[in-house]
Amino acid sequence: MRAVWRRVALAILFSLALGFGLAHATGMAAQNTPTMIRRDGVNLTLPQERRAEAIGNHLRCLVCQNETVENSQAGLAKQFRGIIRRRVVRGESNQHIIAFMVHRYGIFVLLKPPLIPLTMLLWGSPILALLIGLGVLVLARRRREKPVASLDPAEQARLKELLQ
Amino acid sequence: MDRSLLSRRLLLAAPLGLAVAGGVGAYALIERAKRGTYNPQDFNNPLVGHRVPHFALSGLPGQQGFDRDALVAMRRPVLVNFFASWCVPCVQESPFLDRLAKAGLDIWGVAYQDKPEATALYLAEHGNPYRRLAMDPTGRTAINWGLYGVPESFLIAPGGLVRWHVASPLFPDVIETQLEPALRKIT
Repeated sequence: MRAVWRRVALAILFSLALGFGLAHATGMAAQNTPTMIRRDGVNLTLPQERRAEAIGNHLRCLVCQNETVENSQAGLAKQFRGIIRRRVVRGESNQHIIAFMVHRYGIFVLLKPPLIPLTMLLWGSPILALLIGLGVLVLARRRREKPVASLDPAEQARLKELLQ
Repeated sequence: MDRSLLSRRLLLAAPLGLAVAGGVGAYALIERAKRGTYNPQDFNNPLVGHRVPHFALSGLPGQQGFDRDALVAMRRPVLVNFFASWCVPCVQESPFLDRLAKAGLDIWGVAYQDKPEATALYLAEHGNPYRRLAMDPTGRTAINWGLYGVPESFLIAPGGLVRWHVASPLFPDVIETQLEPALRKIT
């Protein structure tokens, strides 16, 4: 008799635990379901949106030229944002997406120009300016350090006359 | 004494001179932009010198669309012109497109982000120079071609090679100084 009761009690406990566990698990699952947002015609999760924004902040809006793709109100920038988001959702890497844009629009689409032979002068200009400045400084100093020519006898006589 | 004073003045004047040179340069660019000899938005489209990318666009109702294969199969050069009914410079270039079409050039149009009925109305009003007329309502093919606005034109050589591109209306000076020499090189 007692064994039967024990079995029943165990079964009840077990099913309760199972039920609780299941409920907990589904609760967790509900918590883990990412909230989807819609930006520029694409549904994506918050981390995906963050990634898309990071990419868009590296790209130039070609219509307004000094705005990023993320900030611009231009139609083309909006389209770019849609393309970036669609590719982010597809799981493409940031580099891959940026390369897609550069392939079609050239390096002008990048707000930060890459270091390539074509941009050597651009990236080297601060160093160049520094070198020119240093050169001017050295020249000026050298000139200043030149010994002053001593007075000739006539000048010495005149100086003596003035001092008296 | 005199010389060092002079060189000091020169040193002080150098930044001023640089600023003046910058100002003169900027002014020259603005003047050239006004005259139309300098377009700040013009940049080299990387597609020039390459074959057209893969695409397939359906035609406007009652018109023949086209795809990459149709362009590649052509034995004559084709001018692909992106336009839209909502685009003011497109209206300005339309008489010159008509003239080119009448002179025998194959012009294929792509209606960029436009509604078919709006495009039809536009063509009824301003003339239809297009042998073929495709629609790109999403603008995705346009972006694949590196387009940044309308109107833009691409000259495609037989075989599908992009030989020339312009991101401005096809005004007579552009046609004379750029398009015609590019055409002569192909034919």
